[in-house]
Amino acid sequence: MSLLALEAVDKVFGGLHAVRAVSFAVEPGAIFGLIGPNGAGKTTIFNVVTGVYRPDGGRVLFDGQDVSGLGPTAIATLGVARTFQNIRLFRAMTVEENVMVAGHKLHKAGLWSAIVRNTAYAEDERALGTRARELLDVLGLAAQAGDVAGSLPYGSQRRLEIARALMLGPKILLLDEPAAGMNSREAVDLERQIRLLRDELGVTIVLVEHNMSVVMSVCDRIHVVDHGETIAEGAPAEIKVHPRVLAAYLGQEDAAHAEPEAHA
Amino acid sequence: MSAALGPRKPRWPLRAGVAALTIAALYAAGLGVQAGLIEYVQRILLIAGINVILAVGLNLINGTTGQFSIGHAGFMAVGAYTTAFVGVQIAPHVASLLGSGSVADAVTFNLALLVGAAFAGLAGLVVGLPSLRLKGDYLAIVTLGFGEIIRIVFNNAQFLGGATGYNGDSAAGLPTYTSFFWVFFWVIVVIGLIRNVTFSQTGRSLVAIREDEIAAEAMATPTTRLKVLAFTLSAATAGIAGGLFAHMQAGIRPEDFKFDKSIDMIVMIIVGGLGSISGAALGGIFVAVSLELMRDLQEYRLVLYALLLIVIMLVRPEGILGQRELSFGWLTRRFARKEDA
Amino acid sequence: MSEFFQQIINGLSLGSIYALIALGYTMVYGILKLINFAHGEVFMVGAYGGYFIATALGVDGYEASGAGFPLLLALVVLVAAMALSAALGVTIEALAYRPVRSAPRLTPLITAIGVSLFLQNVAMRLFTPNPRRYPAILRELRFELGGVIITNIKLAIFVVAIGLMVGLQQFVQRTWTGRAMRALSLNMDAARLMGIDVNRTIRATFAVGSALAAAGGILFGLDQITINPLMGVLTGMKAFVAAVLGGIGNIPGAVVGGLLIGLAEQLTAGYLSPDYRDAITFVILVVILVAKPEGLLGVVRQEKV
Repeated sequence: MSLLALEAVDKVFGGLHAVRAVSFAVEPGAIFGLIGPNGAGKTTIFNVVTGVYRPDGGRVLFDGQDVSGLGPTAIATLGVARTFQNIRLFRAMTVEENVMVAGHKLHKAGLWSAIVRNTAYAEDERALGTRARELLDVLGLAAQAGDVAGSLPYGSQRRLEIARALMLGPKILLLDEPAAGMNSREAVDLERQIRLLRDELGVTIVLVEHNMSVVMSVCDRIHVVDHGETIAEGAPAEIKVHPRVLAAYLGQEDAAHAEPEAHA
Repeated sequence: MSAALGPRKPRWPLRAGVAALTIAALYAAGLGVQAGLIEYVQRILLIAGINVILAVGLNLINGTTGQFSIGHAGFMAVGAYTTAFVGVQIAPHVASLLGSGSVADAVTFNLALLVGAAFAGLAGLVVGLPSLRLKGDYLAIVTLGFGEIIRIVFNNAQFLGGATGYNGDSAAGLPTYTSFFWVFFWVIVVIGLIRNVTFSQTGRSLVAIREDEIAAEAMATPTTRLKVLAFTLSAATAGIAGGLFAHMQAGIRPEDFKFDKSIDMIVMIIVGGLGSISGAALGGIFVAVSLELMRDLQEYRLVLYALLLIVIMLVRPEGILGQRELSFGWLTRRFARKEDA
Repeated sequence: MSEFFQQIINGLSLGSIYALIALGYTMVYGILKLINFAHGEVFMVGAYGGYFIATALGVDGYEASGAGFPLLLALVVLVAAMALSAALGVTIEALAYRPVRSAPRLTPLITAIGVSLFLQNVAMRLFTPNPRRYPAILRELRFELGGVIITNIKLAIFVVAIGLMVGLQQFVQRTWTGRAMRALSLNMDAARLMGIDVNRTIRATFAVGSALAAAGGILFGLDQITINPLMGVLTGMKAFVAAVLGGIGNIPGAVVGGLLIGLAEQLTAGYLSPDYRDAITFVILVVILVAKPEGLLGVVRQEKV
């Protein structure tokens, strides 16, 4: 059974039909790519999956359960984590605190324990801190744990968002343009980290990305949308030479003359 | 803090000791204040303490959680009237059990305060539940509106004296339970409570809501529940301040809880630094002191406060401390080590 | 039955005044997303402006002699007071709002509250807190129609209010500045890129809104007979609720909201109790914000995630 499935999902904003009958299924353990030109509806799809928007048609199934219309908090609690296209960190808090915020599963003691500061509270804090530092280590941010999040360089902020999302202990992680603004060396590092997340942490990954070398290198399967509609789905090799995909990215005339992209 | 290295010593003996010492010190200080300081200065101290409670409580919802409430005087009013009324009702019953000494008074007062806080918190819940879905400016206006509604209700509540005010239905007025000891006892309790909430996973979640509510939701934070919680808690503390305020003087009137009072509270947290507990405390003291210093300029007080708000926003919007806390660096570290032992 | 119509007439005239003030709130919020707390005080200054200008033009003399203040001079008073308030509004914008335009939303809110308080208290010092009787800029004439009393003042309110609102509608639809205002309220960055002078347009918005509020102030003074320095507080709040009710940022909404609030207040005072006439506005505020926060005529704006 697929971990995440979209069945003919529609999303309309006033006059704009942003997402039109999009369907795809993500198998557990996959690294699934979602690509398309700017404005194609990719982030909107993410927003529908994570409950920020309600689908106007069709449904979203997570782990067999219909989650269409649930709110973001509920869906995150079920095990769906995400990063944001326009980085949304808690800028005034430290790097470590940013990650700890997402630690609700590890935080068993309630508010009363915090007020009276009993042993349960101290143990919780310790567990949260330990787990947060582990994740920061994985993402290469351990040295900056005490820094204020807003002061981090752009690439580090993106990695912090991933660490924070992982703190949820999610089954699936939606990454929205994680390679944006990265140079080729950083992008290769990212490819390694993404594979590590799947291989060692067992997280299924859905990736929206414009950096084609990252996408082609890391994804098992790719779904392509344009103007809110599905135009192709398949393995990277197929998508690379798919005529409709090339046409969408490069325009009709240039598609005929396009060379397959070289890898970094 | 590192992981525990062995069996942990129980915390409560140390804590009980510290608590007892603090209470003794506070009692001694209270006696000293009453004996040594003139009435005028004593009153400023009491007002400063009440302000600190108001400011630290308001800061939890406005500063830490970033939800702007500008009608908090309403909750102070609920606390004040409830404490006064309940106090008058239960005093005879307590007296029949415990005689009529200071112990009976203490019991009556604190019971009434707790009921006042509970009702104020309830009012906070009623106001907060529908309102906290609203964003920024709208929330501010709704809280303002509710503050006014509460005041209008008290104005029309004849059994509580209506517009002329409530003085416990006795010519002598409300019993003046409020003393240096009780004010600063509650100051310590409230600051401790708010501090422990703020520096915890709950507090982190509140700050996350302030920083980016959408991201907080995406990280499984129960945002509505927490916003309502912070709001209710801050309303309850305003209620305690109200109860303390009520028993400092012979009576209370709806006039005492006009929008002006809400403005005072805003000035407190803005001056000190929105988001800082110590900043809020400083701001509370500032307003109490400046109130007295400006006693001769009473009519100009609001003009000056207004100018102060404008100037601060233009020149230094983060106030004195911004979001930083006054840290008694070495003190905190010593205590932290002790708690780990 | 005639009492009901009386309440309706009174409610509509009161509502027209609220609508004039609400327009200022809604236009400023539409562009700057700022609640101009000081707008109520601009209304108050407009009323006092009318008071002093009319007095300077000898209105008391005309009243004493029984001749009645000349209509021409009444118009002069109106226009002068509107200009005065427009200048005040623009000054407030330049001194207190423009410097903090790019600050987090909280800062301008506090600044606006500060300006409002400042103006209230300065007015109390300058004009004394005592209510003043409004000069008879229009000498009151009463007509009775089927048991309902209509005064020329109420008629004047309708005429002036409708005239100004129609004028505003034309201004917003047909003139460059008006169109610039609409563009700014939809997308400030795009408007700037299209070469629209943002600062000038914002100034114009404040000027127009303040002028309308001043007209409301004079009409209010004529209708309610007394004015006092704190008159802007409650009335301003009600006008703001009217703007929210109609849909903040929506000009026809402000008019609809104003009339509805005026009617609600008058009917509550007449049929429930005069004590609750102020409370009903706040109740409406709570209800609309809980049920339909974008207002009756407003549109839901999606935040980009």
